[in-house]
Amino acid sequence: MATLALEEIVVPLRTFSLRLTLDIESAIALVGPSGAGKTTVLRAIAGLVRPASGRITSNGEVWFDAAKGISLAPDRRRVGLVFQDYALFPHLSVRQNIEYARHHQADDYLDRFSIRHLERARPPDLSGGERQRVALARALARDPDVLLLDEPLSALDAHTKAGVRSELHDLLRGLGLPVLVVTHDYEDAAALADRVGVIVDGELRQIGPPGQLVAEPSDPFVASFTGANLLNGYGERVSGVTRVRLLDGTVVTTADDAHGDVVLAVYPWDITVSTVRPNDSAMNLISAPIRGITELGNRIRVSIGPVSAEITADSFERLGLKVGQTAFASFKATGTRVVANSRSGSRPKSGLGSPRP
Amino acid sequence: MKRALLVCLFTATAIVTLAFLALPIVAIFAHTTPGHLLDQFSNPVVRDAFVVSLKTSLIAQALIVLLGTPTAYLLATRRFPGRPVAVTLVELPLVLPPAVAGIGLLAAFGRLGLLGSTFDALGIALPFTQTAVTIAVAYVASPLYVRQAIATFEATDPNLTAASRTLGAGPMRTFFRVVLPLARGGLIAGLALSFARGLGEFGATIMFAGSLQRVTQTLPLAIYAEFDRNFDATLAMSGVLVLLSVALLLGLRIGLTWQRSPSKRSLYLFGPSASG
Repeated sequence: MATLALEEIVVPLRTFSLRLTLDIESAIALVGPSGAGKTTVLRAIAGLVRPASGRITSNGEVWFDAAKGISLAPDRRRVGLVFQDYALFPHLSVRQNIEYARHHQADDYLDRFSIRHLERARPPDLSGGERQRVALARALARDPDVLLLDEPLSALDAHTKAGVRSELHDLLRGLGLPVLVVTHDYEDAAALADRVGVIVDGELRQIGPPGQLVAEPSDPFVASFTGANLLNGYGERVSGVTRVRLLDGTVVTTADDAHGDVVLAVYPWDITVSTVRPNDSAMNLISAPIRGITELGNRIRVSIGPVSAEITADSFERLGLKVGQTAFASFKATGTRVVANSRSGSRPKSGLGSPRP
Repeated sequence: MKRALLVCLFTATAIVTLAFLALPIVAIFAHTTPGHLLDQFSNPVVRDAFVVSLKTSLIAQALIVLLGTPTAYLLATRRFPGRPVAVTLVELPLVLPPAVAGIGLLAAFGRLGLLGSTFDALGIALPFTQTAVTIAVAYVASPLYVRQAIATFEATDPNLTAASRTLGAGPMRTFFRVVLPLARGGLIAGLALSFARGLGEFGATIMFAGSLQRVTQTLPLAIYAEFDRNFDATLAMSGVLVLLSVALLLGLRIGLTWQRSPSKRSLYLFGPSASG
């Protein structure tokens, strides 16, 4: 399998530096908040931004080496870059856009991406989904050694997105190319890539299979980014479990070992919501008025006290929940993770407090 | 009540303004019929001035496009120390009084000027030749093209040039196949403005090139020369310049329409183009 290797590349940005070492063999997604330097990674690989130091090689071929003063021009690197806004040439037809990358063989790509019927159309007349297919076809017509996708799903409406996401997933699997996707949406990253890296302020915080990031987040930021509720409190070891007193006085029990100031992560899908006091084995129970109700496709997010839970639309209907009504949120002690623990008493700074809306 | 008064006031102001702008143009054509205008082309002074104007303008505009386009692209896409100075220099002829520009050209290229001895040694004498007219026109008209070209290139999406590069095109292919086609409308608009300014050039030309019939006497210079001799010829030449100006203004509109919507070329020149 082909490999793209980034060796200690450093790109100074306005308030911090992007620093990255990464081997890309299959599909990797870098996920992080906007301004984390994600797009810069792609532009550095493509040769549109020149790193201050480091090395970039593709299958052993050196594309960039700061120490040796090597930096191939973008047109000499075999890179397929799909821009966030797709960057299709508005003055050229769909066919001409693809032929721009490769002469005389546009037909293969028009068929493969089911866009033959659009070949005469110009990009401004296409829908978001169609533009994306043209951009992918054009990038692959370049016959690249690596495919780079910048926020591939952000320009699509929610309705189109689900379908395109699974199509894109299948396509990326079948390419046999190193693929690097950058996105601000953890769910998109997890759906598209085998491995997901969380990048904040130019630094890679954690990288691993999507399941691993959820199961063992390395720090509060990763936990919050993967969708967890974060609970701050003071923990004490009591008879084999840790009891954490939260800032509002609620006590939460976790199976993890911790003492001192702690940050707990609880995933919304591990929280059960009910309107009467539940009678199950869950050790944690929070009773509070419902703060908010948000619809996320076929799931409903319900905020109760310090946590948000996710339940199906069916359960939501059955429970008949309303904002302001008192409800119960329960979760197991084993459904929590200690993602930060400082014995000295000073709290970790990043990502504390508010879970993702 | 107050509102109605305000609307009336604004409407009246607009009518006065438009009438003031249109009246001189109408007057030129009120004095002369199209047939009469054509008759004047048998007058050698008119004919010669027309040929001199057209020839010098075409050459000057060709020079402006050839030299101005790469300059504008550089100024639009590169950030370097001294760039503001360079941009100011490009715009300078726009605010310089034309007579001063003419004196400046004479002081630079005249026999006793800065480069006079160099040109003398090469056997080139510029002042009072048709080349001098071309230089004067190019000097005075160039900012209108270059400024518009800089603005147009700056408005070109940098992601499109980046995309072109990642698709394997070098800088030259990118420039000719992506940048230029996208900038075409804006460049045409700039050229129309520059052409119109060049055609009307008077001050710099009379200082640097003089007003010799068949050699350096352009239409504006001939209008001035014939003013107290043959008013009909003056009117005819003015009519020609009005028609050319209107044609160039239409060219400008078409150029700007193209610039706004490269995919859908509107057939409207004035109306809906403004919104699209």
